Amino acid sequence: MDAPLNLVLFSGTDDKLQAAAVLTAGAAALGRPVNVFLQYWALDAFRADRIAADHGLAPEAGPAGRAAVNDLRAAGQASWAETLRQAKELGGVDIEACSLSMDLLRLEPSDLDPLVDGVEGVTAFYLNAGDGQVVFI
Amino acid sequence: MAIIAIQELVDARGLSCPMPIVKTAQAIRTVPSGAFVEVLATDPGSVKDFAAWARTTGNELVEQTSDGAVYRFVLRRK
Repeated sequence: MDAPLNLVLFSGTDDKLQAAAVLTAGAAALGRPVNVFLQYWALDAFRADRIAADHGLAPEAGPAGRAAVNDLRAAGQASWAETLRQAKELGGVDIEACSLSMDLLRLEPSDLDPLVDGVEGVTAFYLNAGDGQVVFI
Repeated sequence: MAIIAIQELVDARGLSCPMPIVKTAQAIRTVPSGAFVEVLATDPGSVKDFAAWARTTGNELVEQTSDGAVYRFVLRRK
């Protein structure tokens, strides 16, 4: 079995979450395990009541970037949440909420979208990460 | 010339990366070992992606053609 790919998601904007979802789905399609750890604003984006909302774009996108993202979406690009759902269907993808961020945002597990498998601390994240790369987005 | 019987067709036309590969990875599990899956895609990145996916997963990329707009791949399940 390959070493897992470990993604720490910090940013909660749609472009960064989309990039993370693409990396996750690609690794899952290759049969590589993926651990996703949700912190701060990324965790906020996984709230069940607003996962489908517009989460904005990173500042560097600017108006031209906004237009490009809108075009791709209008052409039928799957949302990041849908991309993650498809990746999870392939198996080997575990999405965990950072317990500190849960406290920060005053969230309960029931507040989160079913894409999120559970809540864990950073020690559990590192244990599962093993010798795999850790990518911070 | 050998005749290939396609067991499953994945129409990934119009889908952007990585969905053609994701749909194919899902579809190939539904056919038995040795069966053929045909994929249609319009994502230009899929040419390198399918070669890499086949090499990594051990499924065989049997055929690869393009009419310029649509890429067609035939894969044989490991």
